[in-house]
Amino acid sequence: MTQVPNVFIALQRNEETRPIVDAILADNPGALHDEQPAMVKINVPGRLVVRRSTIEQEIGREFDLQELHVNLITLTGHIDESDDEFVLSWVH
Amino acid sequence: MDMKVNKKLGLKDRYNRMTRDLNWTPSYQSLKDIYPYLEYEGIKIHDWDKFEDPFRMTMDAYWKYQGEKERKLYAILDAFAQNNGHLGVTDARYINTLKLFLTGVSPLEYMSHKGFAILGRQFQGAGPRVACQMQSLDEIRHAQTQIHAMSNYNKYYNGFQDWQHMHHRVWYLSVPKSFFEDAVTSGPFEYILSISFAFEYVLTNLLFVPFISGAAYNGDMGAMAFGFSAQSDESRHMTLGLEVIKFVLEQDPDNLPIVQKWIDKWFWRGYRVLTLVAMMMDYMLPKRVMSWKEAWEIYAEENGGALFRDLARYGVKVPLGWEQACKEKDHLSHMAWNVFYNYGAAAPFHTWAPSEEDMKWLSAKYPDSFDKYYRPLWEHYAKEQKEGRRFYNKTLPMLCQTCQIPMFFTEPDDHTKIAYRESDWRGNKFHFCSDGCKHIFDNEPEKFAQSWLPVHQIYQGNCFPEDVDPSKPDFDPLMEVLRYYKMEFGRDNLDYADSQDKKNFEAWRAQATTN
Repeated sequence: MTQVPNVFIALQRNEETRPIVDAILADNPGALHDEQPAMVKINVPGRLVVRRSTIEQEIGREFDLQELHVNLITLTGHIDESDDEFVLSWVH
Repeated sequence: MDMKVNKKLGLKDRYNRMTRDLNWTPSYQSLKDIYPYLEYEGIKIHDWDKFEDPFRMTMDAYWKYQGEKERKLYAILDAFAQNNGHLGVTDARYINTLKLFLTGVSPLEYMSHKGFAILGRQFQGAGPRVACQMQSLDEIRHAQTQIHAMSNYNKYYNGFQDWQHMHHRVWYLSVPKSFFEDAVTSGPFEYILSISFAFEYVLTNLLFVPFISGAAYNGDMGAMAFGFSAQSDESRHMTLGLEVIKFVLEQDPDNLPIVQKWIDKWFWRGYRVLTLVAMMMDYMLPKRVMSWKEAWEIYAEENGGALFRDLARYGVKVPLGWEQACKEKDHLSHMAWNVFYNYGAAAPFHTWAPSEEDMKWLSAKYPDSFDKYYRPLWEHYAKEQKEGRRFYNKTLPMLCQTCQIPMFFTEPDDHTKIAYRESDWRGNKFHFCSDGCKHIFDNEPEKFAQSWLPVHQIYQGNCFPEDVDPSKPDFDPLMEVLRYYKMEFGRDNLDYADSQDKKNFEAWRAQATTN
């Protein structure tokens, strides 16, 4: 199989996550946005990045990436988290 | 003046200071005495500090975010109850999924809490110990919030009243119960591999994501709130599972065969438990988000496939039974719901035959199997029911010694033939539903020969209330078993069509929507 497997993140669909979802879509070209009842799942081939600065631009306040936990439903891939970025990937 | 003087510690430093740096090396007790369970399973760990918790969650952050989750959750639960939210669900058939959930899943959350509390004490490394302590707290939170959310339904609907009593007695509930008891009675490494990796990472998306999204789709804000709140912790648990397996495999090459054996065992054990979820998704939700088959393709085949391709670099192989599970995706829910329809008198929730509209959906979702194998069955049942002969099976089914599910699974390549497997051990014959379950028994016959099989126990006379008198002329063993289960015949069981739940729901809804 040469196709790069998807990684994904799923969040509850509410007013807190709307700007987060927008930020993820902006930072990940090729992201597929899959809306299901009460939730949203974002699929990206290979690598998905959640960037603090983009979310902060969207919401106009400081954001701690660990705030993601409040609305997180599920994810896949290896996680690499720092203060600025939360990255999911199947890459080593 | 935007110069920052006291720069906050970065995430990595903060995590190290607040977890590892709080650990110490004992000086007057040996490590072996403090952590006595770490060697007997054969797993070799050389450096516990190599374990990396990718979320780097510290206890203070944990309490902060968990507190926020709880406040959100209880605000929704209160609003839902206050506003008679239960009358807004699609149809009272839906509520039967909650009865199954409360009796079958919530008690597992509590078991899981106990299991992780043990690990939070027994692992030598500070990183995994803290992660397990957090998970132990998460799991008791899940049990509590689920019981709380569903207590609202207990005020109005039948079958919720004795969930804990039932969990320890009712025939099909021994399936999830024995699964978790198997895990919690194994060693610390097998436990974490079974629950965090095989169950949480590979399989729980199938339980919580489409099913809870389905709860929202059916108007149940209560179940949506507890389900997604639990699932937000689940992301951390899954990550722990993946991290643990990488850590264990990187520590010593001798660990691989042990780990592979557990992956094979626990994938199959977990998959068999999910049989209940398959039928919930396809048959019990009045409005369905996706079929079991579609969920299997997304979360198991696609995502699990990517996972096992990734783990191949350690020499890990796709679990035994994976191929069969993929083949069964066209059949699992249909076979299971058929059995519950058969035994609708012996379960504390209602069952029903799918309507013509439901069957249209099933045909479209299962083009290769539904019309050929299962539609004729449902049409036959519907005809019988229409003529006043709703079929209830009054014999007791044979159970698989390992998964404890009635032996209804068909051969993977012939769906007209029930699969039977058997093993002889110490002069007794043991029966299995599949190669997977036989394989598990053959590896650990001492453990699985002791299975508390509900059907055997009924036949041995161990499932009657204390005041029963078998010498009475009108002694009816099955009715006595239901009394032992604390199920009220005619109220908690039988077909949905004639249920008090249906009558009440319709009357209350009419009241809510008219003057």
